[in-house]
Amino acid sequence: MSQARHSTARSLAAHAVLILYTAIALFPVFVVVINSFKNRRAIFADPLAVPGPESFDLVGYRTVLAQGDFVLYFQNSLIVTVASLFFVLLFGAMAAFALSEYRFRGNMLMGLYLALGIMIPIRLGTVAILQMMVASGLVNTLTALVLVYTAQGLPLAVFILSEFMRGVSDDLKNAGRIDGLSEYTIFFRLVLPLVRPAMATVAVFTMIPIWNDLWFPLILAPSEATKTVTLGSQVFIGQFVTNWNAVLAALSLAILPVLVLYLIFSRQLIRGITAGAVK
Amino acid sequence: MAQRKAFRWHIAVFLAPAVLVYTAIMIVPLFGTLNLSLFNTGEGGRVFVGLRNFATLFGDPRWSASFWNALGNNAWFFLVHMLVQNPVGVALAALLSSPRLRGAAFYRTAIFIPTILSFVIVGFVWKLILSPIWGIAPGMLDAVGLKSLFAPWLGREGTALTTLALISVWQFVGIPMMLIYAALLSIPDEVIEAAEMDGVTGWSQFWKIKLPLILPSIGIISILTFVGNFNAFDLIYVTQGALAGPNFSTDILGTFLYRTFFGFQLQIGDPHMGATIATAMFGIILLGVGFYLFAIQRRLRRYQF
Repeated sequence: MSQARHSTARSLAAHAVLILYTAIALFPVFVVVINSFKNRRAIFADPLAVPGPESFDLVGYRTVLAQGDFVLYFQNSLIVTVASLFFVLLFGAMAAFALSEYRFRGNMLMGLYLALGIMIPIRLGTVAILQMMVASGLVNTLTALVLVYTAQGLPLAVFILSEFMRGVSDDLKNAGRIDGLSEYTIFFRLVLPLVRPAMATVAVFTMIPIWNDLWFPLILAPSEATKTVTLGSQVFIGQFVTNWNAVLAALSLAILPVLVLYLIFSRQLIRGITAGAVK
Repeated sequence: MAQRKAFRWHIAVFLAPAVLVYTAIMIVPLFGTLNLSLFNTGEGGRVFVGLRNFATLFGDPRWSASFWNALGNNAWFFLVHMLVQNPVGVALAALLSSPRLRGAAFYRTAIFIPTILSFVIVGFVWKLILSPIWGIAPGMLDAVGLKSLFAPWLGREGTALTTLALISVWQFVGIPMMLIYAALLSIPDEVIEAAEMDGVTGWSQFWKIKLPLILPSIGIISILTFVGNFNAFDLIYVTQGALAGPNFSTDILGTFLYRTFFGFQLQIGDPHMGATIATAMFGIILLGVGFYLFAIQRRLRRYQF
């Protein structure tokens, strides 16, 4: 009896701590989103109140849509993220397959070489990357960003995917070989579908830093036509610092897409992590 | 028997795209940057100056003062993460992994949300909340009778850096939480049951059984935090600008590199000194990673179940 009461008290305490921390984690986002729907006076009069019929106002959103070219920024971010993701997953899976499936001279060395990039941030090469992009005329193009992000995402992708591919049954692949399938068919038809959960994990880990990056868009593609959402909202907010409605609306617009994507993928992400990908 | 196996082209085909992109965009520029730090602009273009840029960085009082300031701030930034982010992350993971906890999936999802937001959002959101003009932070402190504690934390030299470090902790606490959570889940039930049979439960079970088993994960998190912190830039740039004010009190190596390379206001950008700073950062990160690999990771005991 006392054992049961003891564990109830413990689980109540656990819930209390977790609820408190959840509140800390969500509070700032909550404050910004509710205030983005209020008029200027209500924002300052009572920042913690939810918008009511009197304080409801979309003036911030109107300003953002009229002033900033957010549709274009959004499109740029989407193109860069999706294209980089595609190349990271394709090239990463191919390299991971080569490293995990075949024994050849230099296999270990190649694995280490590719893993180097997990520890050493690509940003340290920025000076030379910019010079290279200038020389090849790729400054202010989305191609430059896609190239950089592909290189940035590959090391971790190869590392995680090769761990997973070691677990794919040899019998299955050998059965394919006996049936006369080429190595390429074995990779694309047999192995890739089996490592799909790992691909989803890699996709999320690759996608978040690319979507949120400020450094490379700022340096490699700051022109109006190639701004990403992150850079676009940074510049926009910088110009509208005193227009609180517009700033809050811009922040909410920047939060929503990532939030929706995350909620769609979160189950996949957690399953991927707990399946032993990153331990 | 001298016949050798035919060259297996498919291995090369599988490896080529990744290796080519990685080498061309990451490795070559990295060494290009290291190389660039040995040159400077002189009469008639670029001249080889050996280690003179490093002599300037460490010897010239104007440069070295900025460098040591940035390095010191960066070290403090890292220390705050190690002391706050990782223990909080471990504690949350331990709570989440307690058996029969209802709503664990909800807490996990919610606590991870700040991690997916961009620095731009995080920086501005906190800037607004801590702003004395808007008054959310002072208002909330007032509600619990602590209004006197409020100060414009981001605007004061003494508190700005710690405030930013804590904001960054708020953002990234989800990562240690998730990784430790995964590690805790992978501890087999037999080990826990054996501990319970021996009467080791609750806190002492955590300290004596679980913590030693998740030490390798804590090690990996520490090194990831180290690399991330010594390469940080975005949060400071968004909240305090490239000048890392007030009075450079929040300047870390990333913002110092940006300012030097691209210039700001009255200073002209200098790619060679920028490359020199990047090389110094490279050295620092290499030292940290090397220290971890050779001094710490080898002593961590790994258990296989």
